[in-house]
Amino acid sequence: MTHLAEEDMVMHYYGEANDLRRAGAHLAECEECRRALDELSMTLQAMAAIEVPERDDSYGARVWSRIQPRLEVPETRSWRQQISAFCTWPRLAAAGALAVLLVAAYVAGRSSVPPPQPEAQRARVPSDAARERVLLAAVGSHLDRSRVVLTEIAHRNGGGTVDIAPEQATAADLAADNRLYRQAAARNGDAAVAAVLEDLERVLVEIASSRSPASHDDLARWREQIQTKGLLFKVTVMGSRVRERQQDAAAASRPASKTST
Amino acid sequence: MDASDLAVVARVRAGDHDAFRFLVERHSRSVFRLAYRLTGHEQDAEDVVQETFLRAFRQIRRFESRSSFATWLYRITVNCSHDLLRQRPRAGSRQSLDDPDGAVAKELVDASAAADPLRKLASRRIGERVRAAMHGLSEQERSAFVMRHFEGLSIDEIGRVLDVKTSAAKHSVFRAVQKLRRSLEPLGELEP
Repeated sequence: MTHLAEEDMVMHYYGEANDLRRAGAHLAECEECRRALDELSMTLQAMAAIEVPERDDSYGARVWSRIQPRLEVPETRSWRQQISAFCTWPRLAAAGALAVLLVAAYVAGRSSVPPPQPEAQRARVPSDAARERVLLAAVGSHLDRSRVVLTEIAHRNGGGTVDIAPEQATAADLAADNRLYRQAAARNGDAAVAAVLEDLERVLVEIASSRSPASHDDLARWREQIQTKGLLFKVTVMGSRVRERQQDAAAASRPASKTST
Repeated sequence: MDASDLAVVARVRAGDHDAFRFLVERHSRSVFRLAYRLTGHEQDAEDVVQETFLRAFRQIRRFESRSSFATWLYRITVNCSHDLLRQRPRAGSRQSLDDPDGAVAKELVDASAAADPLRKLASRRIGERVRAAMHGLSEQERSAFVMRHFEGLSIDEIGRVLDVKTSAAKHSVFRAVQKLRRSLEPLGELEP
């Protein structure tokens, strides 16, 4: 008698086996497999030990009240239009400004000197910390994704043409976000950060707007831009700084991490 | 595709931004549940919920009705959760699944007064082991497992959410279960 494989057993448990009837028939006859299934069930039932905090019926309304002031115009279709929309998007501009301030503070090594803020903003409410963590996560993710695209492009070779459609789609997304961060950095007088982001954006926009498949010359030009500016290194360093900052923010928030709902 | 969701998405795309409220109110709890199981932390889950809906609104023109709105929203939730997890300290350097502020100590006090304190403590210990086991999964395994085991998504749906082939989604669920079994068995030794 051929027993059920472990994968078949797991899929049977979830009702996803390729042949449920065959598996069921075998289990009816085979005590060993029934015992194995019982053990699997017991283990998986233990997962119920993790309980999710309750959220009542009004939770959705509370989420709406928190995000509604931050909703503006959704993205339009093309990546060029998306970039324009981002630039006129006050909510994101404000978020981007805060994120870049945090990045810039670390890159410039002057995290202890906060930018001047209105009196009302000095009294931080708990949601500020949460927002900061999400923003740092967003900026860190942006830099990580940018680094991946630059690395992939820098290492692409080939005598003829190369399909870069996936990298182009990512570059278009990143260019839109990047412009937001760059403008915020410039507005806040962080020239060094703005310069790195400007170099990054130039390459991203070129990649996004080029034809795919890309020619050998295109790849060589982008590679040169990336290498000449030391772009990959700078983006990697900025990403590391943001990660450090994010870890600090997470550590700082831990003692007060309880949330009421 | 849920017809009401589709209709609301069309209204939002047409400029009726307040219509988005319907989608937020309808899906917030399931998004929170998923985010909590993925991040293992209540505050992180709250952050992810907000970021998920903000991204969904911003990117609503990218939504294609080939999958349900809920599936699309799950995908954003998974991405937001992964973004957050990649940026925060590794497991072990922070408390996970919310055991801060002396909750264990409180549990011990409660247990001493309970009718069956040993069983309650055993349950607590099982919970700790389950949390630790979940941290041993890769992002994809954890996401696939949570969506299959807790949220009841089919393997096909999980593949769409994670943007992987059905076979990869299936393998991720299987690998997750394998790892969890290795970490958790035998659970009997924790029984009082």
